[in-house]
Amino acid sequence: MKIELPHVGESVTEGVIGRWLKQVGDSVEKYDALVEVVTDKVSMEVPSPASGVLTSILVEEGETVPMGTVIAEMEVSGGEEETPGDAQGADAGGEAAVMDRVGALLTDVAPVGPTGSGGAITAGAGMAGSRSGRYSPAVLRLAERHDVDLSQVEGTGMSGRVTRKDVQAFIEARGARDAPAADEERVPLTPIRRMIAENMTRSAATIPEAWTLVEADVSSLARLRERVKGEFARREGVNLTHLAFVVKVVAEALREHRMVNASWDGDAIILKRRVNVGIAVAAPAGLVVPVIHDADELSVAGLAKRIDDLAGRARGGKLGLDDVRGGTFTINNTGALGSVVGKAIINPPEAAILNTESIVKRPVVVGDGIAIRSMMNLCLTFDHRILDGAEAGVFIGDVKRRLEAIDPDMGV
Amino acid sequence: MDQGRTDIAPGRGPTDSELLEMYRLMALCRALDERVWLMNRQGKAAIVASAQGHEAGQVGSVAALRIGHDRFYIYYRDLAALVSLGLTPAQIMSGFLAKAGEPLSGGRQFPTHGAHAGLNLVNLSNVVATQIPQAVGDALASKMRGEDAVTIVYFGDGAASVGDCHEGMNFAAIHKLPVVFFCENNGYAISVPLSKQMAVDSVAGRAEGYGMPGVVIDGTDVSAVYEATAAAAERARAGEGPTLIEAMVERYLPHTSDDDDSRYRPRGDIEEARKKDPVKMLRERLLADGILDEETDERFSADAKRAVNEATEEVEAAPHPDPSSFYDHVYAGDTGGASSR
Amino acid sequence: MSVIDAVREAMREEMARDERVFVMGEDIGARGGVFLATDGFVEQFGEERVIDTPLAESSIAGIALGAAMNGMRPIAEIEFADFIWPTFNQVVGEAARVRYGTAGSLGAPMVLRAPYGGGVRGGLYHSQSPEAYFAHTPGLKVVAPATPYDTKGLLKSAVRDEDPVIFLEHKRTYRLVRGDVPDEEYTLPIGAADVKMEGSDISVISYGLMLHLCLEAARELADEGVSVEALDLRTLRPLDSEAILATARKTGKALIVHEDTKAVGVGAEVAAIIAEEAFEYLDGPIMRVAGPEVPAMPFSPTLEAMFMPDTERIANAMRELARY
Repeated sequence: MKIELPHVGESVTEGVIGRWLKQVGDSVEKYDALVEVVTDKVSMEVPSPASGVLTSILVEEGETVPMGTVIAEMEVSGGEEETPGDAQGADAGGEAAVMDRVGALLTDVAPVGPTGSGGAITAGAGMAGSRSGRYSPAVLRLAERHDVDLSQVEGTGMSGRVTRKDVQAFIEARGARDAPAADEERVPLTPIRRMIAENMTRSAATIPEAWTLVEADVSSLARLRERVKGEFARREGVNLTHLAFVVKVVAEALREHRMVNASWDGDAIILKRRVNVGIAVAAPAGLVVPVIHDADELSVAGLAKRIDDLAGRARGGKLGLDDVRGGTFTINNTGALGSVVGKAIINPPEAAILNTESIVKRPVVVGDGIAIRSMMNLCLTFDHRILDGAEAGVFIGDVKRRLEAIDPDMGV
Repeated sequence: MDQGRTDIAPGRGPTDSELLEMYRLMALCRALDERVWLMNRQGKAAIVASAQGHEAGQVGSVAALRIGHDRFYIYYRDLAALVSLGLTPAQIMSGFLAKAGEPLSGGRQFPTHGAHAGLNLVNLSNVVATQIPQAVGDALASKMRGEDAVTIVYFGDGAASVGDCHEGMNFAAIHKLPVVFFCENNGYAISVPLSKQMAVDSVAGRAEGYGMPGVVIDGTDVSAVYEATAAAAERARAGEGPTLIEAMVERYLPHTSDDDDSRYRPRGDIEEARKKDPVKMLRERLLADGILDEETDERFSADAKRAVNEATEEVEAAPHPDPSSFYDHVYAGDTGGASSR
Repeated sequence: MSVIDAVREAMREEMARDERVFVMGEDIGARGGVFLATDGFVEQFGEERVIDTPLAESSIAGIALGAAMNGMRPIAEIEFADFIWPTFNQVVGEAARVRYGTAGSLGAPMVLRAPYGGGVRGGLYHSQSPEAYFAHTPGLKVVAPATPYDTKGLLKSAVRDEDPVIFLEHKRTYRLVRGDVPDEEYTLPIGAADVKMEGSDISVISYGLMLHLCLEAARELADEGVSVEALDLRTLRPLDSEAILATARKTGKALIVHEDTKAVGVGAEVAAIIAEEAFEYLDGPIMRVAGPEVPAMPFSPTLEAMFMPDTERIANAMRELARY
């Protein structure tokens, strides 16, 4: 019997095979968890469609496959025939399969007696739908509000219906288990919070990170910006931020330091041909990272406008899927929050992430004298599997050099 | 004219100056009535029930009572009663055009319907005869409080067939209530002639069955109307109970602007009726008696025309009711556009 | 105090309080009313204010209306609610529209009292429940209390109300239902329902005699471990939507019980309010136990019993809803 990756979740089309919970040769009971699957929306354990022995695993852990793909095979025990209804989306049987099913039902029906009162219909034919999967409005509302998986709730209502009280009891039991202390409050996770947590955990757990910091003297940039920002805002309708210059400089540097614009692929390093710079934005629902695709091809003005557009839509919750996909490097403008030094966590599968910290005026030794300069710390977190300190240092040094070399009299 | 029962003392008649004023009002009412009928034909007034031919009955009876003290339950054909009670042509016309500020129902009801608290005027319903028990209850209230107000209730010959007419008259007679039942008999209940409404000669003849006096009068003769009403009111104020007055009037126009009387009424019948035009008859009489001169008549006529023209202009320019008033007055305290549950 | 005592005391107090208040109706004078609602009134208030009328219901309502429009506070009694139909035009067509149709110039502060309801071997013409017809009409208020306390407080409010009130007294409760009534003066607001029993599993929404049957059934179910909340509507127009929604949201299960015919009855409106505004709280179908679709209640005891919802039917419906 072929086991398919089931269609689960609206608008979800593919899934990543996680851990196989059963191995080839294992005997499996129907509904035993077979394999973990991760999709854009849910992570789940796929139950076995039948009892038997797992005979082959066709998709390895970490592979992404479309739903409906055959991922394993099993030998069904007890001569139990493969029934098309067990696997969703099994079109192979087609009309013939439907005909078979009708035939099976007919043979199952007991003969009708002379009075017209038939004997009992054999078990399984009629009573299977006791839990119809239809829930009352109150049950659905409670489940949604408290993030309850209704399939986990035992129904005590008529014919096993899940009642509102059942859900309340479930929530209370769960609450008792996870009850916060009297001086605490328990805030349920939003889906985006959960996603961020998973990504960050994966990043921290799998990427051997290293960190480096350089100081950049951005006095020229500050002067330039001071000089042109008013006119720029009037002309372009958006503010000219430091960030636009930083993105410009980083994008140029990434084109030259290709190992920084890369990702780890287990047994290889993938160098990206496009320079797509993600910008971390604190949106009301949580952190999002919209991507400036081909940032290296845009002017400072073009970058300023693109950043304004993406940040605005990020805060308004109006980003499309394409806006957040395909990043090759991330800039985290922590300076906007007043931070002067910090360590970001890499946004996988990228190779590095750059914090641009607050610009502060400091006394700096210039030549043999001391001058007041606008200084900015650049903090780079990088994947040590891909980059060594030397390469990372050259990259960040290049970014520093380019920033410091900005001509205060240039036009923007 | 059959005088029916005549066991009420003859009332006082109108003075010369009262006659002149009644004539002025009747002429004004006629001009207003003709105008609103035309405005219906222009598509401006949605519905008109004309009082033409009924003016003497309405004006004469109102004149015999105390405006602001006595109480008036009128019905839909009582345009002239409204004029007599002192409503201005513009106020009355605003009802025909259903404009904002219309004083009786704020434009919610058909023309002439609603109520006016200061004038003790009620005209609630299009369902005929409902006003009769209401007027009786109204008179009961006056009597219980020991007031000497008289309640007059107007209705057509058609309403005389309704059970409420019987029930109301019976109760009023039992309790000797201060009511004047004023039937404007124009011979038609919409299209149904008297012969198909009743097997007896008159509505007033039924009064005996209730134990109250009933009189049939010429409703086109304003003096006769005045006298009969004054007499009935006097009886009522004296605690002697109700009176039924049947005023024989004429209806010159169809039942309403939506009716076609050529389907049921011979033309000659109307021409005959127009010979007894109460306004013309009163004019001729007053001229003959030297109470009215041509100059004054022309002035009345010109004043009426001007008043109606001015009213037309004013009302046509007025706005319709503000939709925010829609939910007002469903229950006491409903104002300011709050929706009633 | 019984319900009929409450009716009598409310009217007596209001007549003593306000000279504008008077009573009128059939057999209410020397007879004291067929149910003795006005027993002793002629002696106390005189024939002027206790008016025996002819057997003419339309004019009873019409005359009351006219008196109300002229400053009085009439309480008109319709001897049996079955005789209320001749008043329909004066009440629904006229009284209900006085305020609206005069843009507030006039009001109709009148009370039309009517003993209603069956289970008294009244047959087709002494058993009816007419509430739905009147409750359909904006401009009217319709009150149907179930207890002596509510009856007295609400009838006094009805007399003082500026708008026409149809006050329905269930005949069977008159002497069957007794309860404490405070000595001191009180009124109760029209338009407010009352939770007569608190509970958490299902809600039963009712009024009049049926409320008592619901309470009895609820006590039975309490023994079976089902907690029933009983809401007494008390006023049928305006309905207390907030109270209806509150109990429906609380339990998620609503049973509506009335003696009047089910189709297009008061229960239909209650159900609609719940469905429209508490849909997401529902954990079961809105259920109704109500009179059957025959024109009126038959005379024979076996047939009458088929018409009247009884405690057993109500309890069974409660069980079904609780189990759902």
